[in-house]
Amino acid sequence: MNTTLVIGAVVFWLSAWAINEWLVRLKPAGVAGARAIGLAVPFLFGVSLLVLWEGITRGFHVPTVLLPPPSMIWARIINSLPILAADFRQTFLKAVIVGYAAGCGLGFIVAILIDRSPFLQRGLLPLGNFVSALPIIGIAPIMVMWFGFDWQSKAAVVIIMTFFPMLVNTVQGLAASGSMERDLMRTYAAGYWQTLYKLRLPAASPFIFNALKINSTLALIGAIVAEFFGTPIVGMGFRISTEVGRMNVDMVWAEIAVAALSGSVFYGVVTLIERAVTFWHPSVRGG
Amino acid sequence: MSVTHRLWYGNTGPVLVVIAAIMVLWYGFVVVLNAPWERDQAGRAGTTITTSQLIANTMAQERPVLPAPHQVIAELWDTTVNKNITSKRSLVYHGWITLSATLLGFVIGTLFGILIAVGIIHSRAMSASVMPWVVASQTIPILAIAPMIIVVLNAVGLSGLLPKALISTYLSFFPIVVGMVKGLRSPEAIQLDLMHTYSASRWQIFRKLRWPSAMPYLFTSMKVAVAISLVGAIVGELPTGAVAGLGARLLAGSYYGQTIQIWSALFAAAALAAGLVMIVGIAHRMVLKRMGMAA
Repeated sequence: MNTTLVIGAVVFWLSAWAINEWLVRLKPAGVAGARAIGLAVPFLFGVSLLVLWEGITRGFHVPTVLLPPPSMIWARIINSLPILAADFRQTFLKAVIVGYAAGCGLGFIVAILIDRSPFLQRGLLPLGNFVSALPIIGIAPIMVMWFGFDWQSKAAVVIIMTFFPMLVNTVQGLAASGSMERDLMRTYAAGYWQTLYKLRLPAASPFIFNALKINSTLALIGAIVAEFFGTPIVGMGFRISTEVGRMNVDMVWAEIAVAALSGSVFYGVVTLIERAVTFWHPSVRGG
Repeated sequence: MSVTHRLWYGNTGPVLVVIAAIMVLWYGFVVVLNAPWERDQAGRAGTTITTSQLIANTMAQERPVLPAPHQVIAELWDTTVNKNITSKRSLVYHGWITLSATLLGFVIGTLFGILIAVGIIHSRAMSASVMPWVVASQTIPILAIAPMIIVVLNAVGLSGLLPKALISTYLSFFPIVVGMVKGLRSPEAIQLDLMHTYSASRWQIFRKLRWPSAMPYLFTSMKVAVAISLVGAIVGELPTGAVAGLGARLLAGSYYGQTIQIWSALFAAAALAAGLVMIVGIAHRMVLKRMGMAA
């Protein structure tokens, strides 16, 4: 056991924590200062976690099969960029993006279609809510049987997983505009489509973006888990399940890091678009 | 109001109509998807097949592309009622294994989530540094790590219920943290001020104001958490080599092309999820009623 490493890591962690305690008590003058502190505190916490991880795994000689230190994972990422890129293309650029776009698009279109029929809404909404709580991921083996091993079957799983949250949220969002505003549109003699486009869709956009954000996470999970049921010899889920079998845990962690990064970036992009589109909403204005 | 009127303008009627429509569509797809195999069989035998015979055959295949609903229900009945509960062919046996992992993970995840939320509420440094990571970690496909956690824990000698429960814990802990932080912060400034004028201690504020007002948030998060716990337990069963549990049933079914078995495991999982969410919902209503907060 290498005590100095462990103690060093713990000391670093404690001092980072102390700095954070001091940082959050600061009263910065401007908005920029406050924002810098808001970024620095979680960043410092993340770095200190990594240092603690590194120190403990190296200090206590934790077997790398159990938990490799971050530096080893990083080295593996650098060394196997082509494999990671190929997996990323197969899983993310094909299955996730196609499935996400088709699933969200279909959910949106169906919500618009049933918008004029309160009967269908009352029938579909409870079912949609129910299905959202089900372990839809279990449909993966069936989709693999129907659409083959390639990315099409994964995209099908993603479509089904993302469809229902989008449907439910859009239907709820379309009901979100107030009756006063709708009356106003009537006094303008606005038609159904004009009202939909100028009033109800903007009012529904916070709900729609909520679904888009939920779905961005679901889509990646769906595609990766569906690959456990059969793939061509490329893809993030395939790599994770085979490298686990060969006990190449550092490769698994490298793949997880890629998945985490792409998931976060995906989520971040959706959030940025949301901020641009729903700039009027209290949660974006910072009210 | 007459009963028919209530049925039609409430939710029950429309839901039943939609379910009936889905059933009709399902049977339609059964015929369309399974017909090529029947035609192929007839062609090989050198016989022609009448349309009515074809339709009847598509609904009684042993390994159909899409099993008919009545086949799935028959399989469900057969594997739950007709089999001994301890038998490996019993869906009750597999369902119980999944359920126990789900519940263990859910309970640990809920307790852990509440603990983290309480910490975040009472420490500004923790709130500023931990909360962004809790939110960021939601964007990470945790389920992807599931097989590794299982295999690695198996390697150090931990096997059986706990590894699967840990995955459920990991998944269920996030909604609880987010919901509880929101809930514990939900008392308004005026209410907190009132507690201050009573010279209430931090513990008293927590016990008498923050905790009760967080209850609706807690139960809403618990509904999400219990559903996601079940998903975690099912995915956690995939890499164990299809030993036991609903996930193992799915995997074994996909290996051997037993579509009816996959669908019945899927329906069992759906029933389990619905039951769990319903139980949390009932607890929600009972607690709110006792606290005088029922709507």
